[in-house]
Amino acid sequence: MTDAAVPPPAATTAEMDNVAESGRLRRFMALLVKEAVQIVRDPSSILIAFVLPLILLFLFGYGVSLDANAVKIGVAVEASSEPAESLSAAFRASRFFDVTLARDRRALEPLMVAGKIHGIVVIPAEFSENAAKELRSARIQVLTDGSDPNTAKFVENYAQGVWSNWAAQRLPGGRAPQAVSLEPRFWFNPELRSRYFLVPGCIAIVMTLVGTLLTALVVAREWERGTMEAMMATPISTMELLLGKLIPYFVLGLAAMALCTALGVFLFEVPLRGSFLALLMISSAFLLPALGQGLLISAATKNQFVASQAALMSGFLPAFLLSGFIFEIPSMPKVIQIVTYIVPARYLIPSLQTVFLAGDIWPFFFHNIAIMLGIGAVFLVLASRTTRKSLE
Amino acid sequence: MWRRLKALIVKELLAVLRDPRARMVLIVPPLLQIFVFSYAATLDITNIDIAVLNRDSGRWSAEVLQRLDGAPAFRSITPLSRIEDIRDAIDNRKSVAVLHFLPDFSRQVTAGQPGGIQVILDGRRSNASQIVLGYLNAIATDVSSSIMLEKAGAGALSDAARAPLAVRHWFNPNLTYLWFTVPGLIGTLGLLISLVVTGQSVARERELGTFDQLMVSPLRTGEILAGKLAPPLIIGMAQATAMLLVAVFFFEVPLRGSLALLYLGVFFFLASAVGVGLFISSLAQTQQQAFLGTFLFISPAILLSGFATPIENMPGWLQTVTLINPLRHVLVILRGVFLRGMPSADVMANIVPLILIAMVTLTVSAWLFRRSVQ
Repeated sequence: MTDAAVPPPAATTAEMDNVAESGRLRRFMALLVKEAVQIVRDPSSILIAFVLPLILLFLFGYGVSLDANAVKIGVAVEASSEPAESLSAAFRASRFFDVTLARDRRALEPLMVAGKIHGIVVIPAEFSENAAKELRSARIQVLTDGSDPNTAKFVENYAQGVWSNWAAQRLPGGRAPQAVSLEPRFWFNPELRSRYFLVPGCIAIVMTLVGTLLTALVVAREWERGTMEAMMATPISTMELLLGKLIPYFVLGLAAMALCTALGVFLFEVPLRGSFLALLMISSAFLLPALGQGLLISAATKNQFVASQAALMSGFLPAFLLSGFIFEIPSMPKVIQIVTYIVPARYLIPSLQTVFLAGDIWPFFFHNIAIMLGIGAVFLVLASRTTRKSLE
Repeated sequence: MWRRLKALIVKELLAVLRDPRARMVLIVPPLLQIFVFSYAATLDITNIDIAVLNRDSGRWSAEVLQRLDGAPAFRSITPLSRIEDIRDAIDNRKSVAVLHFLPDFSRQVTAGQPGGIQVILDGRRSNASQIVLGYLNAIATDVSSSIMLEKAGAGALSDAARAPLAVRHWFNPNLTYLWFTVPGLIGTLGLLISLVVTGQSVARERELGTFDQLMVSPLRTGEILAGKLAPPLIIGMAQATAMLLVAVFFFEVPLRGSLALLYLGVFFFLASAVGVGLFISSLAQTQQQAFLGTFLFISPAILLSGFATPIENMPGWLQTVTLINPLRHVLVILRGVFLRGMPSADVMANIVPLILIAMVTLTVSAWLFRRSVQ
């Protein structure tokens, strides 16, 4: 526009710009419609976005639980006396144990090797004699199946509990009160329902699936078939092309999130104490890196098989294992903790748990949203670069 | 017939392994995963951050704090100065738990009234906070007994202080969590790879149209099925071997049972997994459908396998459903043979369901394949 000699009439330029602008917009809208139609027509996207969440929520809500109840153990009563019988009855009465009774520990050992029971409580022959002298010195033995460490600890702790209760009842004067006791209060989830943290986690998994897995797979197929190149040969710019892919899956991801939320709140009675706005903002911020990752994978691999594997390994499994959903991040070794910092789900899951259970804690949300957007920006820049380069 | 079958198997193996990137995908990630996930998938709770609001200036709160300092599970203990800080510490996830000593805590303890410490825990992390409460309870009990000892004079309570329970953890005396996770991962990653390879090989041929060519060739359906069965079995066994070596030599998980039994179990597990994979492929028209179908099977299969959460905690009807899950059976075998030296009768009892699953899925897929050409 430095050509001062023949200044073009200003009105005409603006008009032309307008025409170009509206043409571009129309083109982009057409692209969006095409992509949306593709999703709606493809049964597999519906499967991932709506059927899988139903299955996962159902399993999390009803089936999977970290709260152990009624662990199977064996009780070997090798002593025959009233206290021995009464102690064995105390174990049988405990709601934490499902007891197989025997007279000899050797009858129970094969069951433990086979994994049918997780512990053996042995009331030894000398128990009666010792109990008659002094109850406190009458020892019992607890053998646990250490091949499952969590259950082993559970057996140890609850066996201890059964024994102390039993001893306290038989001691004169009952149990002495503890000098220092704890008054625990579990905020946000006083009844400690594990579905309260499983449902937000499930939303994170489903959004990862829609964002990363589905996008990677669908776009990789287009690369494989050459339709991506065909699209790039049209006047559509790379950015428009990527946005055209992004927006429909973004909407699909949010729809899946809304479905999970509705089911979680109405069917599983998980409270939504924060605002819907916060939920929407957090979810949108997460979908950006998830989608960016999916696009990057598809552009870098251009092969459905490799893309599906890459998405599984770098998207789904980390969202499950390295996000703090089930396994606590601080308990992991330092190196792996560092890896978790680049897993977007690591920022999503605590935010979702907070918006559902605690309410709107904006500073916490903004912090996490900012990081997710940052990771998203990196992925998107990489994705658009890879896409552009692959055409040359 | 043997030559024909051999040629087919070679062709199938080539189809999977020809692409160098596909080869990479089959070898590198599973090995990487066994390292990363073995360390990550721990239900142990360590490096805990807690906070303390101590409004008591007496000696007993100091005593409790000193014990907290000495406990290895806690990484940091942040002192708070105001009640309002509790909300900040919990809400922003700076601490899993906050201990709150009221101003008259030590006075109450000295006076013989039970002194209560308020403990506020983050219910969003209900699993971790319960375990933290367990640690705190142990410390409180410990302090209590020293207080009682001090009050009553040394001798009176010495009997009570002696542990009446002799606890021994069989098979894993230190309760090393890795010994539990690593054998489980061998099964889980094995399921992943065998399903993916199978689903991929059939669906790609379908998509490209070469599957129909295969079906109209002189090969019988059984032979085609065997040809499709071989590559994932071979790759799966190779991968399982690599992971076994890592488990034994790197993670030093004791292998107490028979290696032959372990391999037998893994073989039939892979066969049943491939059967499931073929069944899914026989229903899918495209690679994408096959992959998503596989995925739709894998997620519940992992959740319902006992990999992370015990099957016994599930409702009874769901426990019955888990019987058709091959991963569930192989996890019993892997964990049993590795740590408990499971005898052959028990291993067999878990192999039989695997054989049944393989037979049913393979027969149904053969029937579906034949039907699809007619």
